[in-house]
Amino acid sequence: MGVHEHRSLLKDIGVDVERHAKMMEMGLESYKNQFMTQKNRPEAMKYFDWFMSEIQGQRIAEINELRKKKRPSIGAFCIFVPEEIIVGAGGACFGLCGGSPATIADAETELPRNICPLIKSAHGFKLQKTCAYTQSSDFIYGETTCEAKKKTWEILNKHHPVKVMNIPHMKREKDLKLWKEELVEFKEHIESITGEKLSLEEMKKGTKIVNEKREALQRLDRLRSMNKDIIPISGKDGLFVTQMGFLDDPVRYTQKVNELCDELEKRVENKISVFEEDTPRLIVLGTPFAPPNWKLHTAVETSGGAIINEESCIGHRYYKDNVNLDEVTTEDELMQKLLDKYSAVDCACFTPNAPRIDKILKMYKDRQADGVIYYTLSFCHTYNVEAHLVTQALEKEGIACLVIESDYSPEDAGQIKTRVEAFLESINFKKKATSFKKKQN
Amino acid sequence: MYWGVDVGSTYTKICAINKNKEIIDTKIIPTIVNQDEIVKEYLKDKQIEMLVSTGYGRHMIEECFSCPIISEIKAHAKAAFHFDNSADMVIDLGGQDSKVIKLDLNGGFIDFKMNDKCAAGTGKFLEIAASRMGLELEKFSKIGFEATKELSISSMCAVFAESEVISLIAKKESAANICYAVHESIASRLASMAKKFAIKSDNIIFSGGGALNPFLLQLLSKKLEKNVVAAKYPQLMGAIGSALAGYEVSNEI
Ligand code: SF4
Ligand code: SF4
Repeated sequence: MGVHEHRSLLKDIGVDVERHAKMMEMGLESYKNQFMTQKNRPEAMKYFDWFMSEIQGQRIAEINELRKKKRPSIGAFCIFVPEEIIVGAGGACFGLCGGSPATIADAETELPRNICPLIKSAHGFKLQKTCAYTQSSDFIYGETTCEAKKKTWEILNKHHPVKVMNIPHMKREKDLKLWKEELVEFKEHIESITGEKLSLEEMKKGTKIVNEKREALQRLDRLRSMNKDIIPISGKDGLFVTQMGFLDDPVRYTQKVNELCDELEKRVENKISVFEEDTPRLIVLGTPFAPPNWKLHTAVETSGGAIINEESCIGHRYYKDNVNLDEVTTEDELMQKLLDKYSAVDCACFTPNAPRIDKILKMYKDRQADGVIYYTLSFCHTYNVEAHLVTQALEKEGIACLVIESDYSPEDAGQIKTRVEAFLESINFKKKATSFKKKQN
Repeated sequence: MYWGVDVGSTYTKICAINKNKEIIDTKIIPTIVNQDEIVKEYLKDKQIEMLVSTGYGRHMIEECFSCPIISEIKAHAKAAFHFDNSADMVIDLGGQDSKVIKLDLNGGFIDFKMNDKCAAGTGKFLEIAASRMGLELEKFSKIGFEATKELSISSMCAVFAESEVISLIAKKESAANICYAVHESIASRLASMAKKFAIKSDNIIFSGGGALNPFLLQLLSKKLEKNVVAAKYPQLMGAIGSALAGYEVSNEI
């Protein structure tokens, strides 16, 4: 597999190659076990399997080619980073590793135990120097969405340049004004890396590329979730494809996702589903699933349930809105459109955040789902607290909901499976009863 | 009619309730092979609005009737709530296993504990001990009241406990005293499982075949310092709970 060919590059960018090789081996092994063994996978998943094998190889080489040409290379942990601007400058914007339990012990030498595993895992990757993406980034783009992140940036900055964007926590006029200023400042920062002025055309081009990526993901979402009886791809594969959208070259990725969608479209026509008839259809809400965090999807899909989409940031929240480029003729107009898109993100860091609840209820209806799993990372206070309001709204509508709070350690995998099984059992109970009653009458 | 079928390891229990949640039909038959056919035969001419199955053999009924199923824990919780909505615990002593279910006060359950695979804390152990003494189970459960000594059995394993019983017999302990010891050991196990939960209410419901044993009931009450009451239909609780679940879902859909 690819990583070995790229040893010298990895070494050059400061990766701890021995440790890195071990981590990759573990990652690929677990990918093989959890993904390659699934039955009836779409042919087009081959590309993504290949991408996984090259995830810290060829893609890293590509990114470093860009860097040689002084194109910006920016790592992030949040969907608030305006990747349209980075792509417009010919650079690469990517999500950094933050979903593995293997780096957490290292992180805890500098960070407290009781903050979310995403932040700890990510920080640990930097300390261990085992994420080639982190090592390839000109800087890490941080934001002020939650306390854990905001403070961690100050510590992470000792090890790697971090630039922080001030994301307001309310969406009043004055907050949005600040946010727009932040976007402009971001653009200027990108220009300071390339040493060139970024033109409106370039930014529009970048925006178009990212819009197309989001459209492809919306298409994938529709194919996964909008056909009542046919689910043409497993939730796990759907999640993985989405996760890779934060790493791959956007143009190539869009093309590959569309190829996958073409195949899924045919599957829907030919009524090919990867799940048995009547498999409970679940939507997952909540915090992002940084790879290789596949724990919940694996638990659900080995217990007789299907995940038809994710409301999470590695999911619907990321691709639901596009930037409207119609009639944009000035830079200021473009910035406004970008702001319109980003301020429509319904992250739990905002107060109030009612649009999120409305979206979830609509999503449930549109997709004819059978239940909802509210997934949050431990110590993610925003999503954990918001769970109360969301589950209350779901309950009012009579929607079955299971709340799962977990971190990346494998220890609770069994317990999660038991709870998921009980949840599925209760959903099945109603489904079965409905068809039994029909038969009797 | 809303039917519940609880396929246990020894007996299959069938129960029907009407729109007013009144029990209108019950049946207890030994579990043998082709149990589904026997249940089918019994239900042949009955009016069935909904049928829900529980118990270790529930999947067999599910396949046969294509009906919904629920876990025994849920079934017991529902039935217990139906008869006494202030109780927050069910102790169930069956033939092959025993469990303690912590209830919430809405008819659901919070958590439960079960004995491990061993027979020591189950009805089976009572049967073994009674037959060792050459007594009918019913008689065996009553003579404990006449015990004059508080003997105890220390072994945690049914096989060794049985040999302890034998050695008590050899020591010429009275049947009543031995009976006390056997019951004491089962009550201790159940009580220690129950004590893992905080028990808020004063009432605890005792179900399963074990609840037919008045001496055990008394010992348990003493150990837990609570009012342990036998369920109204101890052996039928699982079936009743299933029928109730069927009634509820039927009204929902
Ligand atoms: S949940 Fe909020 S803070 Fe986290 S990645 Fe999404 S938008 Fe960013
Ligand atoms: S998951 Fe929650 S706690 Fe963790 S970084 Fe994101 S917002 Fe912060």
